[in-house]
This record gives sequence, structure tokens and C-alpha cells, in this order.
Amino acid sequence: MAGVNEPELLHAGLNLANHPSEKQAQVESDVFGFWVFLMSDAILFALLFVVYGTMLDATAGVPAPHTDFKFSSSFLETLALLSSSFAYGMVSLNLKLGASRRWIWGWLGVTFLLGAWFLRLEIGDFTDMVAHGETAQASGALSSFFVLVGTHGLHVTCGLIWIVIMAVQLAIHDIDERVKINLIRLGLFWHFLDVVWVAIFTIVYLRGLLA
Amino acid sequence: MVLRGARQARPGLARIVLTLCLLPLSGCGALSGGFLGGAAGRIANLEHHEFLIVSAILVLVWLPVFILVPLIAWHYRISNERAAYRPQWGFSWILEGLIWIPPTLVVVALSVLLVRYTTRLDPYKPVASTVPALQVQVVALDWKWLFLYPAQHIATVNQLVVPAGTPVEFQLTSGTVMQSLLMPRLAGQIFAMAGMRTKLNFEIDKPGSYFGENTQYNGDGFHADKFTIQAMTMPDFTRWVAQAQTSGTSMDAAAYQNLSRQSLVDHPLVFGQLAPDLFKDILAQKIQPGYLAQHHEAGAHG
Amino acid sequence: MDSMVWHSLFGRFVWIDLPVVKAWQDPTISNIIAGAAAMIAVFGALAGLGLITWLRKWRYLWSEWFTSLDHKRIGIMYVCLAVVMIVRGVIEGVLMRVQQDLAVNAPGILAPDHFAQFFSTHGTIMIFFVVMPLISGLVNFAMPLQIGARDVAFPFLNSIGLWLSVGGAVLVMVSLVIGEFSTGGWSGYPPYTELAFNGGVGPDYWIWAVTMSSLSAMLTGLNFAVTIYKLRAPGMSWMRLPLFSWTALCTAILMIFAMPPLTVATLLLAADRYLGMHFFTNDLGGNMMNYVNLFWLFGHPEVYILILPAFGVYSEVVSAYSSKELYGYVSLVIATMAIAVLSFTVWLHHFFTMGQSANVNAFFGILTMLIGIPTGVKLYNWTWTMFRGRVRYTAPMLFTLAFLITFVIGGLSGIILATPPLDYMMHNTLFLVAHFHNMLIPGTLFGMIAGCQYWFPKAFGFRLEEKWGKRAVFFWVVGFYMAFMPLYVLGADGATRRTVEFSNPAFQPWLLVAMCGGFLILAGLASLFVQVWVSVKKRDRLAVPVGDPWDARGLEWSISAPPPEYNFVSIPQVGHRDAFYWRKRNHGAYKPADHYRDIEMPKNTGWGVIFGLGMAVCFFGLVWHIWWMAILFGLLSIAAGLVRSFQRDLHKIIPAAEIEAADRHWLAIAAAATPVSRHLEETPSNEGRAIWPE
Repeated sequence: MAGVNEPELLHAGLNLANHPSEKQAQVESDVFGFWVFLMSDAILFALLFVVYGTMLDATAGVPAPHTDFKFSSSFLETLALLSSSFAYGMVSLNLKLGASRRWIWGWLGVTFLLGAWFLRLEIGDFTDMVAHGETAQASGALSSFFVLVGTHGLHVTCGLIWIVIMAVQLAIHDIDERVKINLIRLGLFWHFLDVVWVAIFTIVYLRGLLA
Repeated sequence: MVLRGARQARPGLARIVLTLCLLPLSGCGALSGGFLGGAAGRIANLEHHEFLIVSAILVLVWLPVFILVPLIAWHYRISNERAAYRPQWGFSWILEGLIWIPPTLVVVALSVLLVRYTTRLDPYKPVASTVPALQVQVVALDWKWLFLYPAQHIATVNQLVVPAGTPVEFQLTSGTVMQSLLMPRLAGQIFAMAGMRTKLNFEIDKPGSYFGENTQYNGDGFHADKFTIQAMTMPDFTRWVAQAQTSGTSMDAAAYQNLSRQSLVDHPLVFGQLAPDLFKDILAQKIQPGYLAQHHEAGAHG
Repeated sequence: MDSMVWHSLFGRFVWIDLPVVKAWQDPTISNIIAGAAAMIAVFGALAGLGLITWLRKWRYLWSEWFTSLDHKRIGIMYVCLAVVMIVRGVIEGVLMRVQQDLAVNAPGILAPDHFAQFFSTHGTIMIFFVVMPLISGLVNFAMPLQIGARDVAFPFLNSIGLWLSVGGAVLVMVSLVIGEFSTGGWSGYPPYTELAFNGGVGPDYWIWAVTMSSLSAMLTGLNFAVTIYKLRAPGMSWMRLPLFSWTALCTAILMIFAMPPLTVATLLLAADRYLGMHFFTNDLGGNMMNYVNLFWLFGHPEVYILILPAFGVYSEVVSAYSSKELYGYVSLVIATMAIAVLSFTVWLHHFFTMGQSANVNAFFGILTMLIGIPTGVKLYNWTWTMFRGRVRYTAPMLFTLAFLITFVIGGLSGIILATPPLDYMMHNTLFLVAHFHNMLIPGTLFGMIAGCQYWFPKAFGFRLEEKWGKRAVFFWVVGFYMAFMPLYVLGADGATRRTVEFSNPAFQPWLLVAMCGGFLILAGLASLFVQVWVSVKKRDRLAVPVGDPWDARGLEWSISAPPPEYNFVSIPQVGHRDAFYWRKRNHGAYKPADHYRDIEMPKNTGWGVIFGLGMAVCFFGLVWHIWWMAILFGLLSIAAGLVRSFQRDLHKIIPAAEIEAADRHWLAIAAAATPVSRHLEETPSNEGRAIWPE
């Protein structure tokens, strides 16, 4: 396809202003669409937060979710996800600087491992809670906890699958225009999950641990 | 539950024509069942009053459109060669003022009215009176209404008896799905929800019979989910209570469990005794509702 | 068959779930109607498929339509979906009117649970599978043409959206043949729709059909918004955007923000039903008030999603058929945006009766009334647009006039319902039913029909025949008044909605009139079909190949009818609002391009079809607890959605020579056509070229 590896199409998110070509505008609109999608997704999370907030007291005699929160694991989860975001930042920088795809694979791999570690920790938390009888079926409060945190976890899982898909596409197509656009979108998605996690960590875990 | 039967004859053309001719005549009469034609009691009267004021304002809003649209559309029809034609005319400050300011003023006026009446007619607000209000606890069931009189220690089903001229305070909950209680000539709607308590205050000024209903769809018996209301003089009411207390039946957890099965009741029921704290227990969902048992039975048969 | 094997293969399906079998075993009138409806659906579908096979049109339909990423074709397919579904929706409405007329102190013809399915499917179909597709269809067709774009921003996403909608509609239709639909109304309030009260498949059909429509609408809204933000032709500044595109933008923004609450509401309900959670249950801490809030957080903006594009159509129609600039363009834009913003602040007025404090009710009541201001402004804008114009009473214009007068009544009854103490008496009664039908029929539906009639010649190259169009207006308008004005009276008299049988004999005459109105509406719908049929037969005499049959003003009229796949030979430069009007005035229309260049357009793809229909099968599996089917088709759909990201070579190049030939051919037709005055608009001499204004 025309336009592959043209110098002006390195990273629409990072060096847009200097290169107002037609292609750049096209890519910009593709990425803008993903921003809009994230906005809609953010509404979804906002509503799940609200539902969680209204159901905090709906414990129905079962211990509230926060009684089983552990600072260590939620802190490690935060650490894992935030550093995975840093790793993805390195993917973006390598993309912008025109590095070879080996570097991009490398940083995608680091992102994936950190993300997977996050998920591993989260699943560990969940199984602990279930083992203590705090299942999603036990009370409204627990339902809303599991759905809020679980939806984020599901997003992370999708992100991990997406990382694998991008790694495969890098192998098939090298760094072509569509791979670039999708890497930029994946980056937005991954950082977005970080933002949501920061909110979950603060509102769900820290608040719960303080209570 | 059998709720169906023979098919009625299809309406003949004559019936349709006749009805169309007579409809304007019957217009006002048909409204006597609601708060517009048959308001009884302070709440409904005020609501009726508010309706008239709001409608009067709204007619003022409606008239200009109703007059202008046909007038302009007709005058500027293409065959009217004498009408002016200004294809590039599309703005006038005067008109802008005319189309923005009056609607705004109308909404301001309506808002003032709205705040005053909404505060006044808050269903939670006790009706001002020299007589203390009669407390009734209401439980919405499938497909019937249970009324508990905690002070009188009696309970009724599908029949509400209250003294006229005395305020009544309802506390409502539901023993099943969400329902909404409406008494079209008396006072309006409030939801009844399981595990939650809502309130409704009203007063009936004259003795008489009225009706109330559930307006929130709750299954096959929804259309029959109605109750009668008897308003009587205080001495009559006292007599009625005394009589009710002599009836041998008791409204307790077991009776409630039986009553909360999905069913229709043919005749209003009266229970002479009332288990203390029954309403509280229903509210706290301490009694397993009958519909669950019903489901288990149905499951076992199926 | 062993019951374990049966269960793993067919989930909870048993033969009695087929309405036909049920009617055979228990032949009541209600069951026979259900069985007959199932048979009609099956034979209708078979007849349709057979006809396509007999005409050997499968290849054509697949390669030219189903797989198309052309926004115009996707738009037309959306409208076709709506047309199929509105037939069922209107017939159900009429049958409900018949039932209520017969059932005054008598059981009538429908059993209570069957009647409940009627009002649930009627509402669900009309909102999600008639009006939403009509909106997506009209905006898809007209908006890119109006803003001077070649396509929407994400053509494949557009196809996905379409087929998700189709999949949802298929689910609703399948519920007619296998099993039953929800009885919980279009709003599906729990706890009634929870397992404890409705363990059957009905609510599950509702949940998944609505979820599909909701996802489709969200993706479509995203697509429209990005298209309008990013793909406007050079010079098309915000204040030059045609009003229909403005309303499309507002609707798109509303879709992006308002669809997630619906998705959350339905999926949390699904979590309760499938995973045993307790979001909205009676017990263990569930709270149905959360559902009510979530649903109306979607539901109220949804009302404006439905009405705003219709407002856009009225703006276009009233200006075109008055041969005049739109009055007060700027205030119309401000009013549209104001409505869009305010629409998120009023959801609570759907449940004034849930027991919140008087202050909360008053606050939301006032916010609701505020919407009346911009809406009223719009009515006057359209009225003054006709002032000093040249008004022609074509069918779309008559729909608009009927709308102007009738919509006010609905608005006023809305103000009454926005007043909490009055709402206490009217909520959940037929007054409410009359009110929202008064908004949705003369408001949305008339607008959508007018829009279809207005842009029809652009889409197909010939006008619609006017005589049957005017008959349709007559039947719709008279039918509407007869069907719904009595409901205001009944509602004020305490007649509840969703009621299978009334006991008050005073209701009888009003219900009779309402039923007659229902039949007139059915006649109106039939007239529209006749109109299309007659027009297709007379299409040679109605042909308008030059493409500007109404002497209209937007860019969409500056190209041939039907437009080429790439819409514009070269992307137009816009210098004015009403761009084409000014080009005509300045004698700049129907000129060849300076240069003809190759144009890159997306290739067709079938993955969208596979995705949407695969999701429908997946959800069908979920409805019946056929887990293997749900998993298999769920994965298949996801794979279908992903395949495209691995593909390259997604575009085709249309060579400049081909474009030039087509353009010059059309320009020759335009040059040969006789320009007609507006007096001759409805005669065969109208070939789509207008006498230019002086």
C-alpha cells in the first residue's frame, strides 16, 4: 500500500502537528474514532462505579467485599499495570522513532507479561474471596464488586489478546500503515485501562481498606 | 388461572357510526372516574385545580401555532401569485425575540406553579388536619392489595375502609414485583417496592365508594389488580372496625404466605387479628413469599 | 432421546415451546393467533427466500447489497429492515386496539400473557427495530451526501452495525416462531423480569435483542460523529452544515453517551438471570431502582435520538417545498444542541412516583419543561420558513404540516406529565401512552416517512407517485387522531396502560374509536406500500435522472440520481450555507470537473454479515441455554470481526476514465433536460432539473 513507511506517517498521536498531509488527516480520523469509543467505554465504567457505590451497603448479611481486600496484592496489581503502561509507552516511542520491529516486539512482550501478571494477581484475589464464601451470588454488594472489577479484568484480557494479534500482524505485515494505526489504538486502550484501574484502586480498594 | 372465555361479537358498522355521533356528548361524563371529573378529597381537588391552571396556560401556547401554521401555509401556497416571495429572507431580530422570549416566560410561570404545587402535594407530606391521621400499611401482592391497620389490629384484602374527613397515611411496600398504587379520584401514584417503604398521604372529604388500582404491569392478573375504597363517617368506621375485629381470621406470617401466592381473590377479605410487626417482617423480607413456593410446586410438576 | 443428550443439544427447548404445537394441543383463540403468526412468519420468510431463489437474485443481493460498504446502500438496507418490522409492529398495535375494544367486561380474543407479549414486542420493535433503523438508514444515506463526503469514516463498522441490528430483529422474529417473547414491556423493569418471576425464555430474548440493537446504535453513532467531525468538504464550516446533518451529529453524540447505560442495564439483568447475581432482585441486596435509573438514563436521551433526525428532516423538507431559506438557522442549531444537552438532565421524570423528595421532583420537572423552550422555538422556525415562500402541498410537506399542529398537542401533554402532582395521577395510564405516541407518530414517524419520500428520488432515480402519498397522509393523520386522542380521555379517567381487559363500561365508546383509528393507521401503512408499488410501475414517467426534483438546496441534490458509488466526482468546495442553491444561482451547477482523478473506495466484504448473524445465533443459543451454540457462534463472530484486520488490499481503485465517462454521460442528460418551474414539479416533465432562481 502506498504511504507505508513514509516519513510523515510515524505516529499520528505523537507528531501530528508537524505533518499535515492528507494521509495524516486520514489516520487522525481513524484514531479519533477510537477516542470516541473509549469515551463511550468510560461511560460504561462510570455507571458500574455508580452502581457499586449505591450497593456498598447491600451486603445481605454476607461480609462486604472490602473485608477481604489485601493491600499487598492490590498494590502489586497497580504496580504491574502501571509499569505495563510504561512498557507500552516504549512501544509508541519506538514506533515514532522508526525503530525495527524487534524492539516493538520486545516491548509488546514486556507489556503482555506485566498485564498477564496483573491478571494472575487479580484472579488470585477473586479465588480467595470465593473460597471465603464471598461469591458474586452472595449479595448485591458482591455482585457489583465482581462485575465492576471483573469488567476491567475482561478488558485487560481483551487487551492481552489484542497484543498477541498485533505481534502476529507485525510478523505478517511488518510495520505497515494499518499495523501502526492499530498499535496506536491499542496504546490508547491500554492506557485507558490504567486510568480505569487507578479509579478502581482508589475508589474500591483504598476506600475499602480504610473503612 | 383461567382468565379467558368466549369471544364477543364483532362491532357492527352501525355501532361504530352511532358511537362516533354520540361520543362528543358523552365526553364530560366519561371523565367522572378520574381526578378531572370526579375529584374527591383535598389532594385530588388541588390536583384538579392545578390541571386547570396549567391547561389554561397551555392553550395560550397552542393557539398561535394552531392559527399561524394553517394561515401561513395557505397564504403562501404556490398558486397564490399575489403573495410575497422572499427566498433569501431567513432572519429577523424581532421574530427571534418573539419566538424565544414568550416560551421562556411561559416556562418560568409554569415552573413557579410547579414548585408550589409539588411541595404542597408531596405524597410524603401529612395532610394538615385537627384529627390525627389513620395509619394504614399497604402491601402490594400478585394480584391483590393487602391493607394492614396496625392501630385497629385488623387487615383487609382488596378493600380499603377509611373514615371520611380524616387524613390517611399509607406506608407501602411490595411482597412481589414493583407495583404502583393509584386511586384515580383521590390521590396518586406511588411505587411499592420489595424491601423498601414509600408513603402516600390523602384525605377523602365525603363518604362514598371509590376504587384504587395497580398501574404497573405485574403479570396475568394485572387487569384485575384493583380494590374498592369505602369512605364512611367516623361512627360508621368505628362500628366497621369493631365488627371486623370479631371475624375469626388472623393475618399472620402463615396467612401472608398463603396470600402472597400469585392469585386473584374474588371477594374482599377481612382479617380480625393482625400479627404484630407483620409489616416490618414483610419489609425485611423475613417471610418467604408464597410465589416462591408456587414456583417450586410448578417445577416439581413440570 | 435421553434427556441429558437432549438438554446438551437443545438446551431447555421442548416441543410445546412451538406456538404451532401449543395451538394444536390447546386451541384457544389466543393460541391459534400465536400459531398463525408463527406460520405467517415462517411462510413469509420461506416465500421471500423462495422468491429470491426463483428470480436467481442471491448472487446479486450478496455481492451488490449485503456485502456492500457503500453508505447509501447500507442506509437503504436499514430502511428495508424497518419496513419489514413496522408491518409487524403496526399489526400488533391494531390487534391490541381490537382486544381492548372487545374486552370491556369480557375476555376478548387474547389471553393475558399473549397480550403482554404484544405490548412488549410492539414497543421493542417500534423503538429498536423500526425507528432506530429508520434513523440510521436516513442519516447513512443523506448525511455523507450533505457534507460532501465519499463515505462514512468507518465503512466496515457501518456494515457491522447494520448486521447487528438485523441480527437483533431476527431474534425478535424468531421469538414468534420458537418460544415466546418477554411480557415485561419494552422497558423490561425488574424484578418482574427476574428469574423469580419470569423464568422462561421471554426476557432473555428481550435482553439480547435489545443489547444487539444498543451495540449497533452505539457503533453507528460513533461512526456518524467522526464522519461529521472529520470528513466535511472543504469550506463546510459548522455554520454551513445542513440542518439534517446537525441533527444527525446531535443524535450521534446522544447515541455514544446514552447507549452504554442501556447496555449496562441489560447486561446486569443478564448477570442476574444467567449468573445468579443480585443487582435488581428482591432479595439479597438487589435494588430495582438502579435499573430504573439506568434504563431511563438511556431512555430519555433515546427519545431525542428518535426525534432529532426527524426535526432535521422537517427542516430540509419545509425549506425545499417552500423554495426558501430556512428561517432562523442559527437559533435552530442552538435549539438542537440545547435539546441534546438537556436530554441528559431529565431522566428522573419517568419515575416521579418512586418516592423521592418533592424538591428532587420539582427540580427535574423544571428541567423537563425547559426542553419545551427550544422545541417551541423550532416549531416557530419552521412556521416562519413558510412565510413569504412558495409552499407546495406535496406528501412530505403535508406530513410536516400535520406534524407542526399535532406535535404541539403532544408537547403540551408532556408539560402536564412533567408537572409532578399531575404525573402522580397520569403516570402509567393511557394518558401517558397517548402522550408518547403523540410524540413518536407525528413527531418521529411522520418525519421519517417524509424523509424517505423526500430523498427517495435521490436514492432510486424516480419520484414517488403523489396521489397515494396524499392518501397515506390522510389515513395516518386521521388515524392518529382517532386512535390516540381517546386514550388521553381514558387515561385521565384512570385507565391503566398494558391492560388486557377493562371493567368500566364508560370506556367502551372511546376504545371503539381508538380501534377504528388503529385500522386507519394500518390503511395508511398500506397506502405507503401501494405508493411505492405504483411508483415502481410508473418509474419511467417519474424519472428524475438529473437529480434535483425539488429545486432543493443541499449538496446531495447536486449529483445524479441515483448517485454514483463515489458520490462526488471531485470533493466539492463549499462557499455558502445551502451550497447547491448558491451554485445554481451563480450558474455553477452541472459543470464538468477540472480534472478527473482515480478514486479509492472500500471493497465489499461479507465479514460484517457473518459477524451480525453469527452474534444472533450466539444469543439464540444463550436464550435457550444451548451452550455449545453460544460458544461456537460467539467465537465465530469474533473471528469474523478480526479477520479484516489481517487483510490488506481492502480498497479498489475506480479509474479516472470510467469516472469521466459516467460524469459526462450524466452531464449530457442534464443538458438535454428541460428545466421545470415549481408549478410543474409533479408532472412527468420534471426530469430533476429546476429553473434556476434569479
